[in-house]
Amino acid sequence: MMQKVLKKSSIESKPQETVLFIRPSSGWSALNLKELWLFRELVYFLTWRDVKVRYKQTTLGAAWAILQPFLTMVVFSVFFGRLAKVPSDGVPYPIFSYTGLLPWGLFTKALTDAGRSLVAHRAMITKIYFPRLAIPIASVLGGVVDFALAFLVLIGMMLYYNYAPNSTYHVEITPALLTLPLFLLLAIITALGVGLWLSALNVMYRDINYIIPFLTQFWLFITPVAYPASMIPEQWQMVYALNPMTGVVEGFRWALLGTVEAPGPMLAVSSTIAILGLVTGLFYFRRMERDFADTV
Amino acid sequence: MSDIAIRVEDLGKWYRLGAGVGAGRPRQDYRTLREVLASTISAPFRRNSPGKEPARLGPPPSQPDDEFIWALRNVSFTVSKGQVIGVIGRNGAGKSTLLKILSRVTEPTEGYAEVHGRVGSLLEVGTGFHPELTGRENIYLNGAILGMKRLEIDGKFDEIVDFSGVDKFIDTPVKRYSSGMYLRLAFAVAAHLEPEILVVDEVLAVGDAEFQRKCLGKMSDVAQEGRTVLFVSHNMSAILHLTEETIVLDKGHVAHRSATPEAVDYYMSSGLAQVGERIWSMDDVPPDAAPFRPLSMRLKNRLGRVVDAVRSTEPLTLEVEYVLDAPITGLRVGFYLTTARGEYVWASFDTDNQAQFEAYPVRQAGRTISRCTIPPDILNEGRYFLGVNASAYRVRRYFQDEQALSFTVDATDAPGSQWPELRMGPVRPRLAWEIETESQLTPALLVEKGGS
Repeated sequence: MMQKVLKKSSIESKPQETVLFIRPSSGWSALNLKELWLFRELVYFLTWRDVKVRYKQTTLGAAWAILQPFLTMVVFSVFFGRLAKVPSDGVPYPIFSYTGLLPWGLFTKALTDAGRSLVAHRAMITKIYFPRLAIPIASVLGGVVDFALAFLVLIGMMLYYNYAPNSTYHVEITPALLTLPLFLLLAIITALGVGLWLSALNVMYRDINYIIPFLTQFWLFITPVAYPASMIPEQWQMVYALNPMTGVVEGFRWALLGTVEAPGPMLAVSSTIAILGLVTGLFYFRRMERDFADTV
Repeated sequence: MSDIAIRVEDLGKWYRLGAGVGAGRPRQDYRTLREVLASTISAPFRRNSPGKEPARLGPPPSQPDDEFIWALRNVSFTVSKGQVIGVIGRNGAGKSTLLKILSRVTEPTEGYAEVHGRVGSLLEVGTGFHPELTGRENIYLNGAILGMKRLEIDGKFDEIVDFSGVDKFIDTPVKRYSSGMYLRLAFAVAAHLEPEILVVDEVLAVGDAEFQRKCLGKMSDVAQEGRTVLFVSHNMSAILHLTEETIVLDKGHVAHRSATPEAVDYYMSSGLAQVGERIWSMDDVPPDAAPFRPLSMRLKNRLGRVVDAVRSTEPLTLEVEYVLDAPITGLRVGFYLTTARGEYVWASFDTDNQAQFEAYPVRQAGRTISRCTIPPDILNEGRYFLGVNASAYRVRRYFQDEQALSFTVDATDAPGSQWPELRMGPVRPRLAWEIETESQLTPALLVEKGGS
C-alpha cells in the first residue's frame, strides 16, 4: 500500500498532526521497512505468542523441539551411518548429522510456518491494518527458540563423545566458532526469503499448502545433512552451492566441528543466493500485499 | 491545522466475484496454480494481452461485466473533527468496504482518502486473541496488534482490566472465559486505544445488553472528548442516539447525507432497506439436497415489500420458494430465527399445525411456496438471522441454511420506546399491564402485605 505520512507543523497547541493519504497503488512498492520498525513490538509479541502457545496441551511440551532432530539423527545414524556407511568428515556420524539437522530443522520449521502464516492469520489481515511483513517474520523467528533448545542437545552429544572411552572424537574449539551466529543468520535469511515467497503465493494459490511438505523433503536431499558436501564431485560443487542451505550446513560444521575447511567460495555463492531470495521475496510480498485482505 | 478529520474523494473499489456467489456479498475466490498456469501459457496467444500478471487485480473492465462488482464508487464526503457520523445502508451497500479502506485494511481501486490522525478501528473486537493465552497476555498481544506501544499498554493496563470487569480471571487462559467476558476484555483493549478517529462496525450486534450499554457509553465518551467517530450499524436506534449526521450508502454510492433523524427516515422510507431476499443459484445448493431445490427466500413488510429492516410494531411475512423434482414423503419446510449472537428465538415448520400435517403427508413435485407471518410486537430491536430447513423427520435432512437471510428490527413505537434504552432479550411483547394503586387494593391484599 502506498502512503505518505506527512508531519505538518501547526500553529495551534497540537505540535504535529499525521495525515495519511490513501490511494490506489500499482506496480512495485517501496519496502517501507521504517514502518515495520515502528511495529517491531508487534513482531516481538507475535513471536512470543507462537513460542508460548506452540507446545501447549502437549504431554511432552518443549521436549518436542529436541525429539524431532534427535530422533531423525538416530534414524540417519542407523541407516546412513551404519548401514550405508556414508562418510562423515572424520567425526562420529551422529554428531556429523546432528550438526546438519540443527540448521535444517530451523529452516524447514521456519519455511513451513511462514508459508502458512498469512492464511492462518486471515482474521487479523481482513480486520486490522499493520505491516503484513510482521506475520511471516514472526513465524520465522519463532523457530529460533526451538533451535536453541536443540542446540543444547548437541553440546551434550559433543561432551559425551569427548569423554566416552575409546572414542576418537575430541571437541575442538576453534576461532571459527565465533562465526556461528552468522551462519544462523544465513539460515534465517534463507528461510525468510523462501517463506515470504511461499506465504504471499499461498494467499492466492492454496496449492502451496501441498507444495510445502514436498519442497522440504526434496530440499533435504540436495542439502548436505545426511552426507558431506565433499561427496559431490569437484566440478559440481559450485552448482551445488546454489542451494543456500549448503552454505549454511557446511558453515555450521566448519564452525562447530572444525573438520572441514572453511567453505569460502561455496559460502559466497550460497549467501548471494540467500540474500537474492530475501530481497526478491520482500519485494514480491510487498507487491502482493495490497490484495491480501481481499483474497486471503 | 485544518478542521477536517476525513476527506474522501471519488473513492471506488471493485471486487472480482468468485464462483458460487449468489445474492450475497462480494467475495473474491482464490485460484489454483493450474488455472493461472493455463492462462499464463495461453496469454501470448490472446489478442490485446498486455502481458500483465493475470492473477493480480488488473484495471477494471471498461464495459459492465458480470464477474466484477463495484463495492464502492464515486464516494466523496468530508468529516470534520469531533463529528460523530453514522453510516447506514443495506447489506452490500459498501459500508464495510468503506471502513476497511479508511482503516487501511484494503486498498481502494480509485480515488483517494485523506485521514488526519490515528485511526482506531473496532471492525471486530478480539482479533488476534489467542485462546491459550491468559487475559493479561492477550491484552498486550491485542494492544500490539492494534498498534499500541508496550509502554502505552503498561500505562493503561489497570484501566483496561477495570473496564472489562474480568480482574479476577486476568491470569486465566481466555479459553476458559465465558463469551461475555471474552468480549468485554477484547472491547476494553480496543476502547483504550484512544485514536483521534474511531471507526466502529457493528460491535453492538454482539454481546449482552449490559455490554452494549457499556460500548455505547464508551463511544459517546469518545465523541464528547472531541474525537471523530464513524459508526456503521444496522441498529437504527443506536444510530439515532449516537450520531448527529448520517450518510446513507446504496449500491456503493452516497445516496443521502443529512442530520441523522432525516437520514434514518429517508433510509426506512425510500425502499433502500429493500433486500431481505436470498436467491439460491444452482451452485449454492449441494447436490445431495435433491430432489429438493430451494429457489428463494424473502422477508416482506406489511405492504408486501421485500425488506431487510422492519418495524417491530408491524407484522412481517416470511416465505421460501422451492421446487421438488420428485414427491417427498413427510417433507416439512421451516424457518429458524436466531439472534445475531446465534441464540435461537424459535423454529417453526409449515406442517406444525395438525391440520396441515394431515393435509400434506406427501409433498407433490413442482414449485411450492411456504409462507408464514410473524405477528406484530414480538421481536425486540436488533439484528436477526433467518435460517431455512427442509427435512423429513428422522428420515433425512434435504437442505439447511442456518443464516440464509439477515434483517434488522427497529423498535420505534414499540412498548417502552419512550425510554431510549436497550431492552434485554430478543422478544419485546406488548403485554397488558395493570397498575393498582393503594386506594384500589383489595382488603385481602392489604392483609397479605401487612403480614409480611
